[in-house]
Amino acid sequence: MIIASNTLPGDSGYVAAAYLVFLAIVLGYVAIMAIRAARLERDVVEIAELVEGREHE
Amino acid sequence: MYGKGLRPLSLITCVALTGAFALAFFYAPMDADQGISQKIFYVHVPMAIVALGGFVAGGLYSIAHLRTGDRGYDLKSYVAIHLSQILAVGTLITGSIWARASWGHWWVWDEPTLVSFLIVFLLYCCYQPLRFSIEDPERQARYASVFAITAGAFVPLNFLAVRLAQSYTHPRVLGTTDGLPAKMALAFYIAVVAMALLYVTLWKYEMASKHARNRLRSIRRGLGEDIGLTRSASPQ
Repeated sequence: MIIASNTLPGDSGYVAAAYLVFLAIVLGYVAIMAIRAARLERDVVEIAELVEGREHE
Repeated sequence: MYGKGLRPLSLITCVALTGAFALAFFYAPMDADQGISQKIFYVHVPMAIVALGGFVAGGLYSIAHLRTGDRGYDLKSYVAIHLSQILAVGTLITGSIWARASWGHWWVWDEPTLVSFLIVFLLYCCYQPLRFSIEDPERQARYASVFAITAGAFVPLNFLAVRLAQSYTHPRVLGTTDGLPAKMALAFYIAVVAMALLYVTLWKYEMASKHARNRLRSIRRGLGEDIGLTRSASPQ
């Protein structure tokens, strides 16, 4: 049974660290996804140029 | 296709996560025994639950893949497992921080919950090496599916180990939330829902990205270009 209380012992640094780890994981993942999206965009541009080049030919 | 509805889903996820953590810090009461370090509970446990759920989902997609032969299910399984591995890393790190704050140790080897979760994580660490050691895409998908099903079946054992464990060092959550004050239980359940939403959102993002990449690859093949697109080890 977990008992509620208003007293606040220390250890807030550990709590901050745990939530920062979570934040870092999410942000890291989003950053990787952003890099992939940028690569994908580059590939789309490349294919579009290729198609345009063929149309001109 | 997978990008449909991603914007509202992302917004809902952001609101849910912010709300869950706000409830954890400002609504749920302080634990009399552990103090503020108990707040780690609201991020650590939902991450663990969602990670294990994701591993099981990966196994279920693999069953669908083996039953239907549809490679789309294999990709879904791959992404589900991949995301669960990321959450599992988070679970292990936050759990370790919580253990240090509460028990004074970063890790406790005689605690079945911790060790069984580590075993599940290490088991899934073999998934990618196994998968990408096979060159033939069909065989790769088939072997990976068999692995995902077997490992996915092992995950409930991890859960059962928590139930049956004799040691009660590690706090029990599911099935014993009766012991949680109502405010704590509410914050916890919302945190689980928010974490599940985050998982689904990231899964959809990755599926949309992989789907777009595969479509581009097939367009390039159709154009007769044999210059590969940006290389990726993930399944097609």
